[in-house]
Amino acid sequence: MPTTKTKVTVINTGCANIASVKFAFERLGAAVTVSDDVQKISLADHVILPGVGAAPAAMKSIQGKQLIDCIQHLTQPVLGVCLGMQLMVSNSEESDLGSSNNTPCLNLMPGKVERMQVGDLRLPHMGWNQISIVEQNPLFKGISNGSYFYFVHSYAVSKYEHTLASCDYGKPFSAAIHRNNFFGVQFHPERSSDAGAQLLENFLLI
Amino acid sequence: MLARRLIPCLDVRDGVVVKGVKFRNHEIIGDIVPLAQKYAEAGADELVFYDITASSDKRVVDKSWVSKIAQVIDIPFCVAGGIKTVEDAGLILEMGADKISINSPALANPELITALYNTYGQQCVVVGIDSFYNEASGNYEVYQFTGDEKRTQKTQWQTVDWVQEVQKRGAGEIVLNCMNQDGVRKGYDIEQLIKVRAACDVPLIASGGAGETQHFKDVFEQADVDGALAASVFHKGIIEIPVLKQWLREQQITMRN
Repeated sequence: MPTTKTKVTVINTGCANIASVKFAFERLGAAVTVSDDVQKISLADHVILPGVGAAPAAMKSIQGKQLIDCIQHLTQPVLGVCLGMQLMVSNSEESDLGSSNNTPCLNLMPGKVERMQVGDLRLPHMGWNQISIVEQNPLFKGISNGSYFYFVHSYAVSKYEHTLASCDYGKPFSAAIHRNNFFGVQFHPERSSDAGAQLLENFLLI
Repeated sequence: MLARRLIPCLDVRDGVVVKGVKFRNHEIIGDIVPLAQKYAEAGADELVFYDITASSDKRVVDKSWVSKIAQVIDIPFCVAGGIKTVEDAGLILEMGADKISINSPALANPELITALYNTYGQQCVVVGIDSFYNEASGNYEVYQFTGDEKRTQKTQWQTVDWVQEVQKRGAGEIVLNCMNQDGVRKGYDIEQLIKVRAACDVPLIASGGAGETQHFKDVFEQADVDGALAASVFHKGIIEIPVLKQWLREQQITMRN
């Protein structure tokens, strides 16, 4: 557990389910603020880009709150969770039902979010699945290869140069991505029991 | 490998966990938060909370317990009951639920499924289906308002047709509750679940009938469901989750460790 009370700001994207991430950090003893204020986000020790919802609605909300520029210029550790991770790359195939337009994302690192191709398997990919650590990183300190995390998604970023950990469902995809100060996880660490708590604690120590 | 899920279901009525037999004669099991915490610690993969009074009563139901659960547990949970609008769903998700499940309101207004899909994403839209096997006709029939004996009614839908319809409209997961089996612990309705599985491309959760460890093995192996939901066997301590998971693992069923 971090010795001093780390200040975490969860970006209020205007979408749902911000509470579970907030509670998870509070369980670790962090001081958590939920905000859509540019000042507050910029001054936080650690920033969370949370994650339930659909990419078009989320990007529309972030744009409406004029947060794109702010997020792109953050220099402290930023963790994107689930949809939040997907928003970190260049663009997403996810669109409103019946539309086929790509959704431009935050472009914090290259990458494209695509509908998962899983053959006979079911979508969404929902439930507990195992990760393989691709690149050693403090984010996964103390977390063993093959640990189970909770996933809920139908879109994913393929395994590529920014992949920290992968997961296999139909084919390998990015379970975690990283570039500079930006980290993203496709799974929900706040809902991934002990392994998830370990990852969040690791993030606070970065 | 994606693990099969064990899902204790907590029926909530007036802020406490209850359980009835065949949807009737509800008895109080205990307080919500300590029970949720107990199951999370025991290794449950997910929890479902059904506010069983909500869909049938017109009153506004106090959902502050959702937030209390989200504060203490670190596994996913779904809230069902009384969610009739996109705004209702938004409130529940904001309080920290991971998914919301709609049943009677989806039957009354199928458009709601698509509206939820477009606002929150498919992954948090669960559709619960109460299916009754009509022995006389040999049909599986979808029922509505099953939380209230006086209002429970048959709908126009045959189960497999409704399963296909809700997927078209954007459901991300289906919980099939086989009413004939509910609470009687004679095993899941494998025959029905196989039929529904064949028509279901999203995750399918079996509900109703779990009574012994063998039933879980059967439903995973034979009906290929993604998760098995159960209530009384867990609440009454007939089956302990860690013991069940270990046994299923020995039977080559993929379980989270």
